[in-house]
Amino acid sequence: MATLERARAKAAPPHPRGDGSRRPFWTARRRDQLAGYLFIAPQLLGSVLFVLIPLALVFWYSFHEWNVLAGSFRGVGADNYRALADDPKLPGVLRATAFFSVGLVVLNLGLALALAVLLNQKLRGSIVFRTLFFSPVVVSLVAWTIVWGFLLQKNGGINAGLDLVGVDGPNWLRGETSSMISVIVVQVFKNVGLNMVLFLAALQGVPRELYEAATVDGAGPWRRFLRITVPLISPTILLTSIITVVGSLQVFAQIAVLTQGGPGNSTTVLVYYLYQQAFEFHHFGYGATLSVLLFLIVLVLTVVQWQMRKKWVFHES
Amino acid sequence: MSSPARPSTRSTRSSRGTLTRGKPVALAAAGLLALTACGGSDGGSGSDDGPVTLRMTIWTGNEEHLKLLNGIAADYREQHPEVQEITFDTLPVESYTTALTTQIAGGKAPDLAWIFENSAPDFVTSGALAEIEDDPDVLPSAKKLWQHEDKLYAYPFSTSPFGVFVNTDMLKEAGRPAPAELIEQGRWTWEEVAQTGAAVRDETGEAGMVIRDFDYKLWDNLAAVWGGWGAAPWSEDGRTCTFDAPEMTEAMTFLHDAVFVDEALPAPGTTANFFAGEAAMTVTQISRASLLDDSFGWDFVPLPEGPAGSYDVIGQAGLGVLADGDNVEEAVDFLAFMTNEKNSAALGRYFPQARSSQLDAGTLAKSNPQLKPAQLEEVVIGGIENGVVKPTHTNQAELYDAVRAALDPLWQPDADVAKTLQDVCSAIQPQLEK
Repeated sequence: MATLERARAKAAPPHPRGDGSRRPFWTARRRDQLAGYLFIAPQLLGSVLFVLIPLALVFWYSFHEWNVLAGSFRGVGADNYRALADDPKLPGVLRATAFFSVGLVVLNLGLALALAVLLNQKLRGSIVFRTLFFSPVVVSLVAWTIVWGFLLQKNGGINAGLDLVGVDGPNWLRGETSSMISVIVVQVFKNVGLNMVLFLAALQGVPRELYEAATVDGAGPWRRFLRITVPLISPTILLTSIITVVGSLQVFAQIAVLTQGGPGNSTTVLVYYLYQQAFEFHHFGYGATLSVLLFLIVLVLTVVQWQMRKKWVFHES
Repeated sequence: MSSPARPSTRSTRSSRGTLTRGKPVALAAAGLLALTACGGSDGGSGSDDGPVTLRMTIWTGNEEHLKLLNGIAADYREQHPEVQEITFDTLPVESYTTALTTQIAGGKAPDLAWIFENSAPDFVTSGALAEIEDDPDVLPSAKKLWQHEDKLYAYPFSTSPFGVFVNTDMLKEAGRPAPAELIEQGRWTWEEVAQTGAAVRDETGEAGMVIRDFDYKLWDNLAAVWGGWGAAPWSEDGRTCTFDAPEMTEAMTFLHDAVFVDEALPAPGTTANFFAGEAAMTVTQISRASLLDDSFGWDFVPLPEGPAGSYDVIGQAGLGVLADGDNVEEAVDFLAFMTNEKNSAALGRYFPQARSSQLDAGTLAKSNPQLKPAQLEEVVIGGIENGVVKPTHTNQAELYDAVRAALDPLWQPDADVAKTLQDVCSAIQPQLEK
């Protein structure tokens, strides 16, 4: 701070004030503003370069047909949006996306909360289990998915385990429903540790006295959980649900590695479909239009979640 | 020394309509450069006066292959001091075409590129490639895929026939005759393959026959099977689906039974690598012979006969010059050097060359020491001369995915083969008619 003050003093030497004298340009307020802008400049520049400009370009491309091989780039008005409305594959893609998102959000948040509550108890080995559940978060996503690809084969590790208990496991990645469930589970195990840690931090912030008072008043464990724990960690539930919903709509690597959208089109989610359209089928304009659709879906869901916080998030009403 | 592909005096793109590529990229680049106040060359281009650097995208990372390519490049640079550097940029084979088109879209097109046969129609007909000069030494059947309106747009640098590698030790263990005996007796058929595969499965627990790279997704590899029934996915003009034709239905019924009834082929979701000794037979290209070692006895034989008799299938790869590159003329000249008589003979060690001057067992034996002259004569020479290229079509990627998705129900034990194939045609016929 002392350095900052010295810098300020150097930047703005005392200026005689009086009638007719001009107010110095580098006022304290302006200097503070400049310092603030300099602090956020790297992040702001990155956001402009890698988020805002590409976002604007995606909107622009969505009104064009761009054939990379033919070298043609021409405006087509709203043709890509009309094609979007008439795309016979799109309803199936949106259904698969919704199935994946709902499955992932419910399983991920449910499991993360359950693990956090269990590991919040003062039990032997809880630190080991915390590390165990968090470690997949730091593993490379593609490496994680490739390993699961082997485990989920018909003659893979999962079915070998099921075989030991007399269960004939399905061909996980060849059935339409089982392949989607497999992709969801692989993703849940990959990231559940992150939400678990966030929930753990929130649980440890809940005052013990509230539980003690509730116990004295005769509240059982379930009632204490519903009436004390859930309301007090609801800001974290909001945060994790927004992160998980947005993340679920961006799933790509797991689909690309495990199923390539199949069998049939059962695991062709929106991001994978727009990747196919743009980078495999060379319909960059239509791919951009699908990106706009994805952007709008993420925006709407985030706004809805943000607005709904007033109804159920503690201290937000 | 012949020169198969001398520099063309003009770029094909200029004769094919307005040049508008690069606009969006230019705009994005301008915005980014204005903001970052920096710029410069990507190092991959040269000016009219300055030194030239050439970049070629390839999908092999094999050290021997790279050594050969770099050697050819060094020889060329000795003769052409104006070419400062020639680099070979290895892209992952699974996403090669996607990565290549993304580079083109990003304004970073390479000067030269290897091209898979399945994307040949898209590259050749779109104007993405510069014209190269035709070479009469290259077989017309090998050039067909790379020509458009009687002009050649890529040199078929690899023309690799499909055949069957056989683990003779495993067949002996299963009590089955070797394919060489069956060929002598005129009994080397797909029916025999199914019986042999089932016997191997029963007696050894290993996989019988593997259609390499198919994995119940890359369906164009099945051309090596349905060719025996005289089937094809679409008509010769590419406008009519023939997946539901009787011969294709028979071929796919055979395949389905071989997988789910006889268990002669590993089921979906099960992997078996022939070269690791996990399968008795595999259908693949001759170029995979380099994966063999002496851990088991093996043979390489032609594709089995089907009801329609004998047939040959080839996989191809082309080498083209990107019309949008910065150094088209130099790139075409380098391509000509790389594929001249001497260098194509060297390339033939790893990539079979479809040149009449090199298509004899003696020449091929020098570059394929693992194969016997009889194998080279039967499989390689016959295959290159008479082979049908794996299915290709314009808009291949979209069509490919549509077929893959519609064929998926076939790979279930209780599938209705005829109905599934009709569904495939319903799915792709509109695309074929475009």
